Amino acid sequence: MIEIKNVTKVFKTKDSTVEALSDVNITIPDGDVFGIIGLSGAGKSTLVRCINMLERPTSGSVEIDGTDLCTLSQKELRRIRSNVTMIFQGFNLLSQKNCLKNVCFPLELSGVKRAAARKRAQELLELVGLADKAKSYPSQLSGGQQQRVAIARALATDPKILLCDEATSALDPTTTNSILELIADINKKLGITVVVITHQMNVVERICKHVAIIHEGRVAEQGEVTQIFAAPSSDAAKQLVYPDGISGITQGAAENEHIVRVVFNGANAARIPLIAQLAVQKGIYANIAHASTKSIGEKAYGSMILSIGGGKNALTQTLDYMNSIPDIIAQEVNGNE
Amino acid sequence: MSDFFSSPEFNEAWEIFKTQFPTAIWETVYVTVISTFFAIVIGLPLGVLLVTGEKGGIRPIPSPLLKLINWVINILRSVPFLILMILVIPLTRAIIGTSIGTTACIVPLTIAAFPFAARLAESSLREVSPSTLEMAQSMGASPFKIITKVLIPESIPSLISNATIAITTVLGYSAMSGIIGGGGLGKIAINYGYYRYKYLVMIIAVILLILIVQLFQSVGTLLAKKTDKRLKKA
Repeated sequence: MIEIKNVTKVFKTKDSTVEALSDVNITIPDGDVFGIIGLSGAGKSTLVRCINMLERPTSGSVEIDGTDLCTLSQKELRRIRSNVTMIFQGFNLLSQKNCLKNVCFPLELSGVKRAAARKRAQELLELVGLADKAKSYPSQLSGGQQQRVAIARALATDPKILLCDEATSALDPTTTNSILELIADINKKLGITVVVITHQMNVVERICKHVAIIHEGRVAEQGEVTQIFAAPSSDAAKQLVYPDGISGITQGAAENEHIVRVVFNGANAARIPLIAQLAVQKGIYANIAHASTKSIGEKAYGSMILSIGGGKNALTQTLDYMNSIPDIIAQEVNGNE
Repeated sequence: MSDFFSSPEFNEAWEIFKTQFPTAIWETVYVTVISTFFAIVIGLPLGVLLVTGEKGGIRPIPSPLLKLINWVINILRSVPFLILMILVIPLTRAIIGTSIGTTACIVPLTIAAFPFAARLAESSLREVSPSTLEMAQSMGASPFKIITKVLIPESIPSLISNATIAITTVLGYSAMSGIIGGGGLGKIAINYGYYRYKYLVMIIAVILLILIVQLFQSVGTLLAKKTDKRLKKA
């Protein structure tokens, strides 16, 4: 379990001080996939660096399984870091070493014998689907492949916690999905706690169980992903979930109308005439109040806000129908706050 | 043209070439390689210290110490080599036993070249991106391991390129050492060309110096390219 308690981080420059984090409290249970989302400059990168003490908090504590990392010496921290590994937006592979040696790197650091390290590295490359690239150099790989090698490297020392700092931000949507699938898979198979830092909504929706929304160095809101995205209560959360505003839509809804938010996570929806089928098959007429989707290849990404007439019954049918389609998540939106 | 090859000037130059140049070439290469080697042995750790020791580096050192190192490097780099050679004569005598001769030149050459090598190493090491170093830190690497396993290995191609610059510069300096009794092609060029007006001998010496520089540069460039795995294409 990771417990971030009252963490404040102040950066001092010559003539100003910047409070990057103020009084942040987050608890991340074991085995969770926890998202930390926020706009650029919100402080999320600083926050994740406080979890492995690349940045020491100015005040507050960060506890992992009861050990307060702030009290540890540099030497003790280095030992902890084989247990809390990290992947990065820029992959950060060693450019002069081949993939196998890149994965061996953390093993070498923790004193594993060369032959054993190579064996383990080869297994990990297999796990991430790049067994045939062991002898390739990073320059010979695509971005997605490089991130897979970085993931294999991060798993080498059998960590309990994996920190992902904007791990998919430099990748195209299709590659993003495959990397997210891999991360979700690792979480399930190996039981590793994953902390995902991102500014992308779809990343959180796709793999996270819990989420904390960071705004100007503070936690604006945290809880279960489905709850927060269905009924965001803070301004920061609303801004993320409904970049163009929602109040107009919900306030304008009639008595027996319900507002539904549909999220497309790479569904084959480009081929399914979703709204038309809803009308034909269920007899439910949905009104598109807002849509921000894009198709990449045959897959659809983004979200849509529908207003559904016909009361509770129609709402339930709509949600059931939509949620039965893979890679589509539909939730009712509570606009009355 | 045939007049030229049968002229007494040419015959004389050819005679000098045959008797003196093999040793001179050897002396030049020997003094250059040894001096560059020592310059790198001293300069590379200094370069590492300049990069890792600064504020926010992977192992900061007290800032007055860092300032002192920078100051010494800058001063040594500002002294013209000709004057440096004369200034360090007592030191040369203490180390080598004499201040005259080919081996004696190694001392001033090393002293002139190591600050330069340190700056070159510094610029090579700075090419390693901070996020790569952060990655190593996040994996629990100690500062020493970061230097030996990340910082230096990642900048090998650039270090080789810069070592090539260093060796060709030292070669240029070594030619000057003829003035204080150092051997090599520089001595021949000065003794015959400047003191005895035998320009042809001087020109041959200069051409040979050019060829040696070309050779060092080609080998260096080739090695730098060969070692750089970033240039590998799928």
